[in-house]
Amino acid sequence: MKLSGAEILWECLVREGVEVVFGYPGGANMPIYDAMLSYPVHHVLVRHEQGAAHMADGYARASGRVGVAMATSGPGATNLVTGIATAMMDSSPTVFITGQVHAHLIGGDAFQETDVTGITLPITKHNYLITRADEVAEVVREAFYIARSGRPGPVLIDICKNAQIEQTEFEYPADCKLPGYQPPWHAPKSDLQKAVELIEKAKKPVILCGHGVMMSGAEEVLQHFAVKTNTPVAMTLLGLGAFPASHELSLGMMGMHGEAHCNLAIQNADLLLAFGMRFDDRVTGTLATYAPGAKKIHIDIDPSEIHKNVKADVPLVGDLKTVVTDLVPMVDEYEHEEWMMQIKEWKADGDARSIMSWPEDGKLHVSHLVHSLWNATEGGAIVTTDVGQHQMWTAQYYFMEKPKRWLSSGGAGTMGFGLPSAIGAWFAQPDEEVWTVVGDGGFQMTQAELSTAVQENANVKIAIMNNNFLGMVRQWQEFFFEKRYSAVNMRTPDFVKIAEAHGIPARLVTKPEEVQDAITFARNTPGPVLLEFRVEQEEAVYPMVPTGAALDQMLRRPVRQETE
Amino acid sequence: MQYTFIALVEDKPGVLNRVASLFRRRNFNIESLAVGRTEKTGVSRMTIVTNCENDTDAHKIEANLYKLVNVIDVQDVTRQPSVTRDLALIKVKATPEQRSEINNLVAIFRARIVDVAPDSVIVEATGTEDKVEGMIELLRPIGIMEMVRTGQVAMTRGEHCGIRRTPGANGNGWHPEEIVPVGAD
Ligand SMILES: Cc1ncc(C[n+]2csc(CCOP(=O)(O)OP(=O)(O)O)c2C)c(N)n1
Repeated sequence: MKLSGAEILWECLVREGVEVVFGYPGGANMPIYDAMLSYPVHHVLVRHEQGAAHMADGYARASGRVGVAMATSGPGATNLVTGIATAMMDSSPTVFITGQVHAHLIGGDAFQETDVTGITLPITKHNYLITRADEVAEVVREAFYIARSGRPGPVLIDICKNAQIEQTEFEYPADCKLPGYQPPWHAPKSDLQKAVELIEKAKKPVILCGHGVMMSGAEEVLQHFAVKTNTPVAMTLLGLGAFPASHELSLGMMGMHGEAHCNLAIQNADLLLAFGMRFDDRVTGTLATYAPGAKKIHIDIDPSEIHKNVKADVPLVGDLKTVVTDLVPMVDEYEHEEWMMQIKEWKADGDARSIMSWPEDGKLHVSHLVHSLWNATEGGAIVTTDVGQHQMWTAQYYFMEKPKRWLSSGGAGTMGFGLPSAIGAWFAQPDEEVWTVVGDGGFQMTQAELSTAVQENANVKIAIMNNNFLGMVRQWQEFFFEKRYSAVNMRTPDFVKIAEAHGIPARLVTKPEEVQDAITFARNTPGPVLLEFRVEQEEAVYPMVPTGAALDQMLRRPVRQETE
Repeated sequence: MQYTFIALVEDKPGVLNRVASLFRRRNFNIESLAVGRTEKTGVSRMTIVTNCENDTDAHKIEANLYKLVNVIDVQDVTRQPSVTRDLALIKVKATPEQRSEINNLVAIFRARIVDVAPDSVIVEATGTEDKVEGMIELLRPIGIMEMVRTGQVAMTRGEHCGIRRTPGANGNGWHPEEIVPVGAD
């Protein structure tokens, strides 16, 4: 039977298991939207295509399945770009489908023609331009396979309008013919042996656990390995949740705003086992002084990560779960008593400085609020964040026990990610409690999606940490620019009224004694709810490794500090 | 130092752009890049000459090339026994009286004159980059009006192959230890 290219697209999406797509229609994808009506796929009409991209990304991160977003040509497609780059930096399995002008018009600056495959070339894992209907099935099949396999990432499909309309015979391809794409699985035995030799000799080992642990589903085997070898586990921002925060081997988060004892452990280690992480500059501090005494075993599915930032003594290229599963029977149980004692000492010092031990001072501190939220939700919610100070505090104080529940834009640091990614996550896990913690700045970047949340009755709870500042930039200006505040002071609207204008129940919280009540109110009210917290305005995230400093040269919160 | 890579890629629209864009984005310099068909339909072959600091950079280039879905195989032939060739067409100012002088000169390099005009000749030179450079230097004083070069193409000798430093990339099962890199014989 002959089908149109647009129908073939939906046939393929349904076969790929797609249940929901996030998108926005326009001239160049109207045949796709018309055909959609005959297929059992729920479409979420966003308010800006960036929102669609983050929703697809959030859906992917919370479910582990491929998230799909679509847009029309030209401005529709370019509005996706920030979201695509965000997904790329964090290896999120996503497929983006854009309409394109008729094939015969390409190159002629037709209305709403933009070279979308050109623009997205460096920010996609792969992309396609479809000019004929008979290409659709094969391309969609490949796109989904590429997006979710190997090191996952975004794939964009740009479909010319004529290819959406033309009729052709539909046959779903049984497999993909990709001679240049075969993601590796096992690492060679000889290299595993070399790794084992280093592991056996190590007195001060640390596992660095990254997003790759979740991407490969290696949480369980990681825990098995860590416990068997008695090795403490440090996590990157995106690795949070891959290893339970409450585990005695957990060191918490590493890096620029990581925990001091965690960074100290890394700097003093004699062996680093990097599991699906890429030694980003936010976790290494200056490379010249990074973990100088440590041998490095680097396990990654992407060979281009090996030696990219940090020279690996033993690189193991392969699927993390497979490689660690291969390693487990090869290693023994080891004692690292002295090392664990040392780490405990560092940790005690950190606890003494912790803001959590401050007495109640009548003010709202984001860290305290996050802690209250963690308590109320028993650490079980899916939490997404925006970008800035609140993001770091949430990472530090919402202790994640389980994977795929911590959604944050790490590599790209994209403000505006919080709300839409929470909506996407809710579609992935509608029975879970979903919270987004956002700053007043970033929230306003994709605030329009409040309206989407209402239309979909998305059960997401929004906590705005309003400090009337672009807090993180303000902190840098305070520390590194002699407190010369430039363009960081932000007048904000009445967020409660904005919520109410959308029909969203909302509360303003200004005092610590109102916090519990507000959180309970949000949890007990079905559908979207917004809480605005007026938080301490000029607070700094500690510890902090200034750019260019060694990882253990952290600015620490003074032990006894009167709050300003 | 100059490194030479051979990459086999799928013969599809846009692949050259992907490769070139990758070099730009990852901040590597292309000295020359030559593309053409191969003995297999659907497969093109690129010879890429680039400046690298060291083998670690070479590894980066290889591994990044593999990230491109359309790249099938990458070899580093820099230190392998191989034949490399560059072709140049050089238009030289030449009065009829100078022609025989030029003819003698180019004969030394086994180059030849392939076109004659009233006041110029076109010299075709093929060979290693060094040889072509040498030819050009000799012709320069006479007056080069125009020049075009193909960039290097390379092929390893006999059974030899290039080094593949990227273990596991592309499921090729390559692993440095398992490959015995062949030295010059
Ligand atoms: C799209 C985008 N623009 C600019 C930045 C730079 N930036 C990083 S954090 C930050 C401040 C965020 O302020 P706010 O959303 O209020 O959160 P806070 O830091 O106060 O918690 C800015 C401007 C960014 N990360 N993303």
